[in-house]
Amino acid sequence: MSDASPRRPSAANAANAANEGAAVPSEATVTARAAYDAAFAASPVRTDVDFETLSGIPLDPVYGDAPFPGQYPYTRGVYASMYRSKLWTMRMFAGFGTAEDTNARFKELLRAGGTGLSTAFDMPTLMGRDSDNDWAVGEVGRAGVAIDTLADMEDLFADIDLGGVSTSMTINGPAPILLAMYVAVAESTGVPRKALAGTIQNDILKEYQAQKEYIFPPRPSMRIITDMMRFTSAEMPKWHPVSISGYHIREAGSTAVQELAFTLANGFAYVEAAMATGLPIDEFAPRLSFFFNSHSDFFEEIGKFRAARRIWARWMKERYGAEQERSLLLRFHTQTAGVSLTAQQPEINIARVAMQALAGVLGGTQSLHTDSFDEALALPTEKAARIALRTQQLVAYETGAANVADPLGGSHYVEWMTDEMERRAEEIFEHLDALGDGSILEGVYRGIDNGYFTGSIADAAYRFEREVNSGRRIIVGVNEFTEGDERSSDLLSIGQDTEDLQLKRLATVKQARSDAEVAAALTRLQVDARDANTNLMPGFIDAVKVQATEGEIVAALEDVFGTYVEQVIV
Amino acid sequence: MTGAETVTDPGGSAHGQIEAAPIRIVLAKLGLDGHDRGIKVVARLMRDAGFEVVYLGLRQTVDMVVAAVEQEDADAIGISMLNGGHLTLAPRMVEAVRAAGLDVPVIIGGIVPDADIAKLLQAGVAAVLTPGTPAEELVRVVRGAVSGA
Repeated sequence: MSDASPRRPSAANAANAANEGAAVPSEATVTARAAYDAAFAASPVRTDVDFETLSGIPLDPVYGDAPFPGQYPYTRGVYASMYRSKLWTMRMFAGFGTAEDTNARFKELLRAGGTGLSTAFDMPTLMGRDSDNDWAVGEVGRAGVAIDTLADMEDLFADIDLGGVSTSMTINGPAPILLAMYVAVAESTGVPRKALAGTIQNDILKEYQAQKEYIFPPRPSMRIITDMMRFTSAEMPKWHPVSISGYHIREAGSTAVQELAFTLANGFAYVEAAMATGLPIDEFAPRLSFFFNSHSDFFEEIGKFRAARRIWARWMKERYGAEQERSLLLRFHTQTAGVSLTAQQPEINIARVAMQALAGVLGGTQSLHTDSFDEALALPTEKAARIALRTQQLVAYETGAANVADPLGGSHYVEWMTDEMERRAEEIFEHLDALGDGSILEGVYRGIDNGYFTGSIADAAYRFEREVNSGRRIIVGVNEFTEGDERSSDLLSIGQDTEDLQLKRLATVKQARSDAEVAAALTRLQVDARDANTNLMPGFIDAVKVQATEGEIVAALEDVFGTYVEQVIV
Repeated sequence: MTGAETVTDPGGSAHGQIEAAPIRIVLAKLGLDGHDRGIKVVARLMRDAGFEVVYLGLRQTVDMVVAAVEQEDADAIGISMLNGGHLTLAPRMVEAVRAAGLDVPVIIGGIVPDADIAKLLQAGVAAVLTPGTPAEELVRVVRGAVSGA
């Protein structure tokens, strides 16, 4: 068992310092170290493991120089004790079939001791289309759970105490509708909205730039998001209204620098949009969180994560005037790079995922999803998903990576990479700031309009492909070392029954509801939408309560806001 | 820096023979799937290899694709599918092409399990290209499909 107080720098450290002739640490370093020691001493420490090497060498919670983890600008981590207090959350994303299927999976997870639910929705739900829409054919319940009405949401969370779990919902365009349904389900079971904890992705800007699951044009979409930020800030204090996501930007083909810069720029844009509605920054900034990709270039990724924390802290403090420490902290979820997985020799993806996961942990992530090795071929089988989870556990318990905070801090290469990531990202911020005449928000809007984001991502994707084609960039099993490719035939496939069941379900709900109530609720939403000063959330909640479908609500708002059509750029 | 500029590739078409009339291909994404990285890369690779590429973009219906093929007098159709919907949508695409009386090969690119490839070929798809296909093979397969080889 480790004692709660940190060990002092060891004699070996002092000897090293003497050898290098760096005699006495500066007064600032001594003060920072004392502050670090105090912060660490005040942190809870895990008692399930000993913080020593495999050979039994005892370890300090951190090594090196100030600023230490938990100290501005947080390059070395957002917390002093990092994984000694709490390992990252091993959050594995899942969802399939009907609401009842996923509900059964949720209950299993909760029985096994889980406290966090993570919901994947099917493509029609993500695009704001009902299961009986022509566009939905073949997609219902396939890549996630199908939700059309409040009745489906009630099934999804049936017999689960929403006051006692935290729920993550990965949805963007129709996010307010799903949040409204979540609130309605909770309140119908006696749980007040203020008790609800969770996160909704709700990052629409990266949809125009990368993932392409948009519905309305950018400006009305931002109005909806600021309405949600205001609503949750006032009524749902434990809710995270936006998870600012670089993951999809990277998957679409961007470089690490573009992922870093576009994501943080989107974050600045949400901050500017919320501040423009009069919300004080320290009221909403602590509820913002981030989501990054961990790709295969190990040191580049670690530099990216470290730079992200430093940039965010500086901008929040210096440009936006945040005063509370919690407003400065960039906390993030990481997922390994799905796009790096190969269909050829798929088993070697296990090794790719392991190294990417380790980069995320050495970069100081707060939660992690590891991809399954068969994902270049199909949705993961249960066995492949288990191996992916085991990979995280291996990083956590066998590698020793969780013993010491920011173990690579002070490495010449890692520090240089961190600085270089920051420098290159700042160049992109300058471009966007100029594009927006001094507003990052306007710069992001214009970059969406003029194809800057999609174009630079496509350029990067194309360059990578050319490098692989020419053999200048080696991908093991794809353009080199290609012998031994045996495809697994053990793949997950999803049948047609889900779609049939869901269509029946939707027809029944539509039959039973009052069409007059639905029409009135939709008209009220349209009236609210035309008045920029009315918060849309109460209207969404009333509409879902009378069983208006997701698709009907979206269509009613498309009448007011319009539908976004991407300018095709190759 | 923006993607609006034309991609030029000094070396890309050097190894391809000069064609009297370049092959014209319509590329599109069917259904709701928004993953367009692959098809955009394919569009540029083919353009650099001397094809005339008409990329329709996201969220196209089979009828929109057929209309584009007729309007552009295209020689081939390339559809990208990464969401597991290929067994539903690819046969519909083939049917729509036949119903319009066109003799234009439909080529599917994307994540298609080996077991499904035979089914798609059976349904009349001319070729299926999976991730990791080298550029030269892509070009060879499309040329072959157009010339009926």
